[in-house]
Amino acid sequence: MVAASDTEESLKRRLRLGERFIEGWIFLAGLLAIVVLLGIVAILLKEGLPAFGYTPPWEFLFGTKWYPVSEPPTFGILPFFVSTLMITLLATAVAVPIGVGCAAYLAEVAPSKVRETVKPIIELLAGIPSVMMGFIGLMLLSPLVQSIFHLNTGFCGLTASIMLSLMSLPIIVSVSEDALHAVPNEFKEAAYALGATQWETIRHVCIPAALSGITAAIMLGLGRAIGETMTVLMVAGGALAVPVSPVEPMTPMTAAIASGIGNAVRGGLQYQALFAIGLILFIMTLAVNLVAERVLERQKRKFAG
Amino acid sequence: MHISIKKWFMLPVVVMLVTALVLAGCSAETGSGGLSDSIKIIGSNTVTPLSSVWAEDFMKANPKVSIAVSGPGSGAGIAALIDGMTDICQSSRTIKQSEIDQAKAKGVNPYEIQVASDGLSVVLHPSNPVSELTIAQLSAIYTNQITNWKEVGGNDAPIVVLSRDTNSGTHVFFKEHVVQMAGLPTQNTKLEYGSNVLFLPSTEQGVSEVARNSNAIFYPGLGYVTSQVKLVKIKKTASDPSILSSEKTVLDGTYLIARPLLFYTNGVPTGIIKAFIDYCLSPEGQNKVTEVGYVPLAK
Repeated sequence: MVAASDTEESLKRRLRLGERFIEGWIFLAGLLAIVVLLGIVAILLKEGLPAFGYTPPWEFLFGTKWYPVSEPPTFGILPFFVSTLMITLLATAVAVPIGVGCAAYLAEVAPSKVRETVKPIIELLAGIPSVMMGFIGLMLLSPLVQSIFHLNTGFCGLTASIMLSLMSLPIIVSVSEDALHAVPNEFKEAAYALGATQWETIRHVCIPAALSGITAAIMLGLGRAIGETMTVLMVAGGALAVPVSPVEPMTPMTAAIASGIGNAVRGGLQYQALFAIGLILFIMTLAVNLVAERVLERQKRKFAG
Repeated sequence: MHISIKKWFMLPVVVMLVTALVLAGCSAETGSGGLSDSIKIIGSNTVTPLSSVWAEDFMKANPKVSIAVSGPGSGAGIAALIDGMTDICQSSRTIKQSEIDQAKAKGVNPYEIQVASDGLSVVLHPSNPVSELTIAQLSAIYTNQITNWKEVGGNDAPIVVLSRDTNSGTHVFFKEHVVQMAGLPTQNTKLEYGSNVLFLPSTEQGVSEVARNSNAIFYPGLGYVTSQVKLVKIKKTASDPSILSSEKTVLDGTYLIARPLLFYTNGVPTGIIKAFIDYCLSPEGQNKVTEVGYVPLAK
């Protein structure tokens, strides 16, 4: 009897010890994430800010000439900035209606067997390496875009946008489908009881109820599109003019960094300018996240009230 | 329960051990210097096909030696040499004074060895009727002053101008010798690539786009020219004879857009690096230059 309670005691103690280890480990993991983030911000600031000593921020952001290897070099990133905005917005505009529509179909309309086979396949799409997507864009899509729009070259913002929308689709579909799936059945039943059709139910009940999740999905997709590098480097064309239409060749910010960083001497002017682009890119994604947070917050309040 | 706790606790330990081993491996590699049997070559995309063939043959003859070649661009190679990240920098342009200064400041002493020559060919789609261009016309095309093929005797079609990106030594060499017309009375060092020029991340991509796009123009090294694209003859001025890029015209100096392919090492090479470079410069190594499509050093 005594022995039995002894082993029970030691087991409990061991469990408690294990628990503490795990708690400690999780705490460290959380801390590591924050340390890494702060480290990245610190490095971006340290390497990037000196660039503004050579080119004032205003000229850097709105200058249209980027000649990093000339003597003396000029750094103006307006072409890259406009390209990134254009490509990202176009990609999102293509991906969101298709993605949310697909998610609504999978969650509300498709028989469960279809859903169970189709969803994993779509999620598999997310695993295709971006360099493969670049090759597909190079070999299949760019000649197609060139002949459809009668362009001089198929390397343009539109080709990049279409590839990016394909790459952000899996995220948008998967996350919004989860959100739609989580809408309580009572909501739908109530809508049907009021005589709503399936379309009306999806349009006025399911999607608004899942809107926070869908917004998160769109933001994740947007984040992927802004940050994607390899694909846009390969298909966007790499021209230095400020683009006025999406069918022109252009260089988004990520591609500008990638195509210059190999050449830059650590600590040199070009190196600092590229880090400054990275800093601005970081501020942009931060802004997207902050706006998303505000939207979600407002949405939650609306539903609570 | 007990086992699973143990397992979870082991995971970070294993991760840390692996990381420590990897880090130790890295520092050992960079720290050992001349005695190591591995050579790192970083630099020009243009020189890569040649260095790879040399590296393969040298490794076949010396199975204990391992040579890693990568070709992000000449500028990247020189940057790596300055940072002490590579044993040999392969370059398709000479090192700039500013880069030498940066190297000296870090205690690196760049030593130059020419290993071959290359002619930059100008290529068009086979259906393009244009067959010769002057340096001034090329400069005008690459600065976007001429934007239609009919202005240089071709069809009424827009010119799609392709170039390598700033990572490439070819980019810089072409800019100085063609865009800015170095060595000509019209030389103007203020000229830059036009803003409608497409900058591509690799030479292969440019050649394959020219093979597909009937209005495109590009400037690959001799080793990259395929039968799917058409070579253009180059003239110094309208009254000079036009010359096609080839091994012969590069060697005898009549072809205008030719350049040395270089190796840079930190100081005079010694040990295994010297053995490798000696092989590259040997008659056997120089034979490979012709096989890859470049021009061997004059004997």
